[in-house]
Amino acid sequence: MDTPYKILVLDDDADWLDLSREMLSKFPSQPDVRTASSAKRALAMLESEPFRLLICDLKMPRMDGLQVLAIVRRRFPELRTVVLSGLEDEEFRSRAYALGVDLFWLKIDMQRNIKMFAECLESLLGAATDGGFRGIQSKGLMDIIQMECLSRSSTVLRITRGPLVAKIWLQDGELIDAEADGARGAAAFQRILAWKSGTFENLPAEPNRQRTITKSVNALLLESAQAMDENANPSLEPQSIEDAGHRKTIWKLALLTREGAEFVIAVPAEGAGEPETLGVQSAEQLAVWTRRAAAIARTLGEKIEAGPLSHVAAHNLEKQVMVLPHGDKSFLVGWSPNTPANSLLGKSRKLVASWDS
Amino acid sequence: MGFLKKLFRIFRSRATIQPLPAGSLSVDRDGQIVTSTVSSAYPPALLQEIGRDVLVLFREARAAQMPLAEISLHFGSLRITARELRGGAIVFLFPQSALSPTPT
Repeated sequence: MDTPYKILVLDDDADWLDLSREMLSKFPSQPDVRTASSAKRALAMLESEPFRLLICDLKMPRMDGLQVLAIVRRRFPELRTVVLSGLEDEEFRSRAYALGVDLFWLKIDMQRNIKMFAECLESLLGAATDGGFRGIQSKGLMDIIQMECLSRSSTVLRITRGPLVAKIWLQDGELIDAEADGARGAAAFQRILAWKSGTFENLPAEPNRQRTITKSVNALLLESAQAMDENANPSLEPQSIEDAGHRKTIWKLALLTREGAEFVIAVPAEGAGEPETLGVQSAEQLAVWTRRAAAIARTLGEKIEAGPLSHVAAHNLEKQVMVLPHGDKSFLVGWSPNTPANSLLGKSRKLVASWDS
Repeated sequence: MGFLKKLFRIFRSRATIQPLPAGSLSVDRDGQIVTSTVSSAYPPALLQEIGRDVLVLFREARAAQMPLAEISLHFGSLRITARELRGGAIVFLFPQSALSPTPT
C-alpha cells in the first residue's frame, strides 16, 4: 500500500484543528493529518519530516500566516500550500497568492462547499506526483485561457479582481460556460476579458456543467481583442464614438441598478477632466465635496500616521454615501437609507471596480 | 550623570513611534476641544486637527446641499467616527488591527 500523503494544519484554534483532522482524514486518499497550533511548532515539524501539504490560517498571534508562508516558500519549495482563513478581505487573498500559495479558501466557503474543497485538495495532493513547474506568473488572461485550451485541459478558472469574482468553465480544452457579475455565457466571458488585472486559480473540472457557450474560444478571444482595440483607439467617425459612449452609459446604468445604488460620481484628480455622474443632477457641488473629502482624509491620515485611507462613509436621514479612492479617481456612491450598512462597502467596491472595466 | 541626562534628552527628541489615539472627544463649532477621553500623552495639536477636519467635512457637505449626520473615516489602522452636534461634533477614535478590523 502507498504511504499516505502527509498534511500539516496550522491554526491557533484548537477546536478548528480537531475539526480539520477529523474532516481531512476522511478524504478519499486518506491522508495522514498532523496539526500545529503555533508557527514555531509548524516550522519545527516541517523541518523534521516531509509533508506534502500545509494548510495555514492567516490570523495568528506572534507570527501570522503570511510570515509563515514567506518562510515556507523559501525553505520548502516543494511543499504545496493552502490558506484557509476567516478573513474576508481581498487584499489578503492577493497577498497570499503573491507569496505563491496554491489555494486560498475562506473557512466559511469551505464549510459550505466541503465537496469542492475536498476535490481541490485531492487534485493538489495528486498534482505533486506528476511533477512539472510552478511559480508566480503575471500573464494576461487571454494567454492563460489559450494555454489551458491548447493543453486540452478540463478545469474551472476562478478569477478574482478585488471584490469581483468570475468563473470560466473549460472542458477538454473547450470553453463551455462563464459567469461574472450577474451575467452568464459569452457576455460574461467578454466582460471577464475586459478586466485589466486580477488573480486566478484552477479549481477542479465540472464535467456536468451545462454548456452555454457554443462559439469557439478563438472566435470569442478575437472579438474581445477587437472590442478592446476599439475602446483603446476609438474610431474617428462621430456616429461610432456616439454609439460607443451610449453603450457605455447603458452598461453603467445597468450596473448601478443591479447593485441598487442611487447615484455614482466619479471624480478625477484636480485638473484631469470633468466628473462623470450617473443617477444625480447638478452634481458639481457633490463632486467638489468628494474631491475635498478624499484630500482632507488623506492628509489627516498622513499627519496622524493612521495608514492609508480605505474609504469615508457618511449618512443622513435621506441617504447613505461612500467615498472611495480608486486609482487617481475618487468615487462618491449614494445609497438609500434602507440599504444595510454592513453591505455598503462591499457593494460600493464592486461597483467602483466594475466602473472602468 | 549630566552626560546621561543629555543623552536621554537627545534620544527623546528623536522620532518615535506615534501611538494611535483611542477614545472620544467633543469639539465646539469653532473647532476647540471641549472634552476628551483620549490619553493626555497624545499630542493635543493632532487631536485639534482631527476635530477641525471633521467640522470642515460637515460644513462643506452642508454647502454641497448634503447635510450629514455622521461621517466615518476608515484608515488602515484607525477609524474616526464623527457625529454632528449643533455645529460642533462628537468624535470617536477606534484603533484598528490589520487582521481584525472593527465592522463599519
